[in-house]
Amino acid sequence: MSTTHSRTAGKAMISPAVILLFLWMIVPLAMTLYFSFQFYNLLDPVKSFAGFANYEYFLTDPAFFEALGNTLIIVIGVLCITVIGGTLLALLLDQPMFGQGIVRLLFIAPFFVMPTVSALVWKNMFMNPTNGLFAFLSKLVGSTPIDWLGHHPLASIVMIVSWQWLPFATLILLTAMQSLDSEQIEAAEMDGASALSRFFHIIVPHLARAGTVVILIQTIFLLSIFAEILVTTAGGPGYASTNIPYLVYMQSLLQFDVGGGSAGGIVAVILANIVAIFLMRLVGKNLDL
Amino acid sequence: MARQVTLNRRMVNTAVAWAFGLLIFFPILWTILTSFKTEAEAISLQPSLFDFDWTMENYQEVNSRSNYPRYFMNSVIIAFGSVILGLIIAVPAAWAMAFVPSKKTRGILMWMLSTKMLPPVGVLIPIYLLFRDWGLLDSRVGLVFVLTMVNLPIIVWMLFTYFREIPGEILEAARMDGASLKSELIHVLTPMALPGIASTMLLNVILAWNEAFWTLVLTTTNAAPLTQFIASYSSPEGLFYAKLSAASTMAIAPVLILGWFSQKQLVRGLTFGAVK
Repeated sequence: MSTTHSRTAGKAMISPAVILLFLWMIVPLAMTLYFSFQFYNLLDPVKSFAGFANYEYFLTDPAFFEALGNTLIIVIGVLCITVIGGTLLALLLDQPMFGQGIVRLLFIAPFFVMPTVSALVWKNMFMNPTNGLFAFLSKLVGSTPIDWLGHHPLASIVMIVSWQWLPFATLILLTAMQSLDSEQIEAAEMDGASALSRFFHIIVPHLARAGTVVILIQTIFLLSIFAEILVTTAGGPGYASTNIPYLVYMQSLLQFDVGGGSAGGIVAVILANIVAIFLMRLVGKNLDL
Repeated sequence: MARQVTLNRRMVNTAVAWAFGLLIFFPILWTILTSFKTEAEAISLQPSLFDFDWTMENYQEVNSRSNYPRYFMNSVIIAFGSVILGLIIAVPAAWAMAFVPSKKTRGILMWMLSTKMLPPVGVLIPIYLLFRDWGLLDSRVGLVFVLTMVNLPIIVWMLFTYFREIPGEILEAARMDGASLKSELIHVLTPMALPGIASTMLLNVILAWNEAFWTLVLTTTNAAPLTQFIASYSSPEGLFYAKLSAASTMAIAPVLILGWFSQKQLVRGLTFGAVK
């Protein structure tokens, strides 16, 4: 059907997007790779070849292992809360009820709140040990208020980020649930299958694909959590709530160590790629061309 | 009898769902309510939900003191600018891939998706240094470009999935009827493509509005959008809950309203068409 003419036109239409994205991705990435092999500090403009010294420095820094651990805790913690919570909430929202449209709006709202707003609202108005609402509630039941961000910085960040991502998981799992054939459920019901076995044998397998998509997409975003840390704890106390992106940011833009920061950036890229490979396979399978 | 049971169950469902919905929405509600309190009431150790002296002074103060309109305009310019630029680049590309697919189409789409997986810190330092050398740090132009590139893969993907649903036969039929390429574009294709383009624009404006990595590291004052403005309240001397709430309410209200209209597109756009 397509002629040589339309093929040439097609190429011309696609090229700007491809070329721009290529430049955006490859040029800076190549520069990061180059910097990662240089001794280069912004305060001392003389560069020199470093070999693997930056990687050695970054990978043997105790802060790196703490940041790597924190990154994993944030990703896994938020995933557990949002996937389990999202499944239960989707199941709830899928039931017949009054005012379903409005309830859905309430559930989805946190996703549209900008990260700096949700982080600061939680930090000040909820988690503050004197004036926060949590402090008020714990005094109400007679216990001592907890200094959330001071004593449990990582758990607090996991909580804030989970609140932001729970709507996403809920909405996608709900969409998948609504595509489930209701006759299948009814047939199982007639055959005497209990609600629990219907859930585990029909609904869960049906949600598996959507659940995988939720996990992979959230992982990509969760690996790069930044603003929530910047405005709440600034990575502290010590490195207690520093993740890899925040560590790279501190190394490069606050301590001006371009070489070390770049090595960290490359490490972050490698980590993200491991996840990306799985997501690409999944989306690729679905793309029938 | 059966009807009675369903009605009861419906009532229980409704009650439970509303309870959870309000719980999840509560932080936003609390922020909106606090924005109408005085600072003293906002930090009161006996907080009240509705029973306080409602005041608008926080909004007035935030507007007059902190140059709020400029931050707001920066957000508007950066969000809409980057999405419009993105659409100009992406519409032809998605169009060609949907209607004149070649052997490479699949590979190009997958590659575009892979650029989205690149963590921002992987390119942070070069972008920062290049922007510094080119005088683009803290400039709207620079930020519009960066956010265009950040969202371009999602824009192309969303448009592609929408365009692919336009049946190719309609084009052929119009051609058979002797429609010129121009009238084909104006009368047949544009009306069918517009809803998809509008949905894509909506979701991506929201994503750009809330983007909080590049907007925080590349701006300070001049080009700073609302994300950066709110971040400035993180310093201890900025601990004014009522004003923080007023500023936050103004920052999230436009997107919250836009977002509520775009629930469906959200699923489709953010899952790259893997869940519809």
